[in-house]
Amino acid sequence: MIEHSLADIAQALANRRISSVELTALYLDRIARHDPQLNAFITVDPERSLAQARAADERLARGDTQPLTGIPIAHKDIFCARDWLTTCGSKMLGNFVSPYDATVISRFQQAGAVLLGKTNMDEFAMGSSTETSFHGPTANPWALDRVPGGSSGGSAAAVAARLAPAATGTDTGGSIRQPAALCNLSGMKPTYGVVSRYGMIAFASSLDQAGPLARSAADCALLLNCMAGFDERDSTSLDRPREDFARELTATTADRPLAGLRIGLPEQFFGEGCSPEVMHLVEAAIAEYRQLGAETVPVSLPSMSLSVAAYYVIAPAEASSNLARFDGVRYGYRAPAYDDLTDMYCKTRAQGFGAEVKRRILIGTYVLSHGYYDAYYLQAQRIRRLIADDFAEAFRQCDVVLGPTSPSTAFRLGEKAADPVQMYLSDIYTIAVNLAGLPAISIPCGFAGGLPAGLQLIGNYFTEARLLNVAHRYQQVTDWHRQCPPGHA
Amino acid sequence: MSLTLDQVHRIAHLARIEVDETEARRTLGQLNGIFGLIETMQAVDTQGVEPMAHAQDLAQRLRPDCVTENDQLAWRSAFQAIAPEAEAGLYLVPKVIE
Repeated sequence: MIEHSLADIAQALANRRISSVELTALYLDRIARHDPQLNAFITVDPERSLAQARAADERLARGDTQPLTGIPIAHKDIFCARDWLTTCGSKMLGNFVSPYDATVISRFQQAGAVLLGKTNMDEFAMGSSTETSFHGPTANPWALDRVPGGSSGGSAAAVAARLAPAATGTDTGGSIRQPAALCNLSGMKPTYGVVSRYGMIAFASSLDQAGPLARSAADCALLLNCMAGFDERDSTSLDRPREDFARELTATTADRPLAGLRIGLPEQFFGEGCSPEVMHLVEAAIAEYRQLGAETVPVSLPSMSLSVAAYYVIAPAEASSNLARFDGVRYGYRAPAYDDLTDMYCKTRAQGFGAEVKRRILIGTYVLSHGYYDAYYLQAQRIRRLIADDFAEAFRQCDVVLGPTSPSTAFRLGEKAADPVQMYLSDIYTIAVNLAGLPAISIPCGFAGGLPAGLQLIGNYFTEARLLNVAHRYQQVTDWHRQCPPGHA
Repeated sequence: MSLTLDQVHRIAHLARIEVDETEARRTLGQLNGIFGLIETMQAVDTQGVEPMAHAQDLAQRLRPDCVTENDQLAWRSAFQAIAPEAEAGLYLVPKVIE
């Protein structure tokens, strides 16, 4: 069962070959056996998950089903879930039991999915390795001495190790796609505004977007069908007609199912900076796409090299404002001893936040402060426009843009933890997509030294269904995405 | 450009984060490394480029100014149950006015 697609699991539940309680118990048992080595979960509550599974079984018996009814899903600990501990990987929210559900959580609940647990993450989603979590780092199931990527590293490790059939993540600068690449998963960041941010703890509000992490593009499509949709509680949610993101994944007998597709290869993705092993695998994937009928065209994203610099102004600026709410007054941590109100704020925030979060708040505070706003924040926003314009120009010449997701395979735990700049540069291929607000997916494209590598496909606004199809056709002729880490089969 | 130790203390105070001298020194080195990366932006001429604050050019959606939640007292107590200190529907903080 653990290798089945979500559609096959749904079929098995519908045919009564397995119940949701049996399925949930199977995954809870795997979590109990394997998670002590991985630390992918922050909170597991078997009793509550099994109660949800029983309710799902009743729905299934009544025939009141949706595609995910009865399927256990793990959620990144950034999503508020009513009566569940929701820590966002931080001591600051170490005791925060949410009084309400995020819209993403309610949508899964309404679909009858089972909440399997809350997954580990970099503190407040600030990181690319899941090492900044207050709950300790998560290990990569492909090599326990390596990082799973981040910030949605717990979700990625859980799905890769078959501790959950699928999971949710959030992506502000690559936090779904990079862990997908490092853990051999398919992970999609939708167009900004497609999935509601209500109840998703804010990091950088103009960049944050939730999306699925799963074992195939087809699974991602089913998850996105559940997650996406207008929400009046999110002021940037887009009011668009409902769409079926799996609509293009229909069976075909065509030899060249992608005939007519123009794949843009930006020179900036194929220059220096990417490890030769990863580049070799990306080039093999391009050859595969030509076999599928696609043609490739050279494109250019001249401002992409500035994306990391612009991002480390914009994201910290927004974070410094968003994280001002953590003051020890209304919820979360409060320092045990202090002199007065200001001292209470200062000590609460000094003790409650970890080093990386503090660094980013300080950067954000500085770039927004008097006298520096124009030089940093405004300049970064202008560069953001240049980057978005580069993509607009590229999409006049091609339908999707292709490149590596991450410049290397999973690095070692601790390898980049001491050098923030090196860590930031590991998101060189993913950040521009968030700045522009475009959809993108990372899919497995092979192994180097036993470690998975990811291929990134970027689409124009609202082309999720096409991107999922382009990923799906590749997955029909390759089996990289079916590989399971040794010891987890 | 490079930050000074005084500036680190100033922005830490603006951000309401207590830092001791050792931490300030370590932070100074790291921030200067990060600003080295950020400074690469300054080489680009962006005159005439419209700043982009947001991925979608949308007007802020408005909603009617009316009560949308029922059971407001029940919600208040649910939200205050998780507060570090609350009493009689109020959040308690150290005394501000003498």
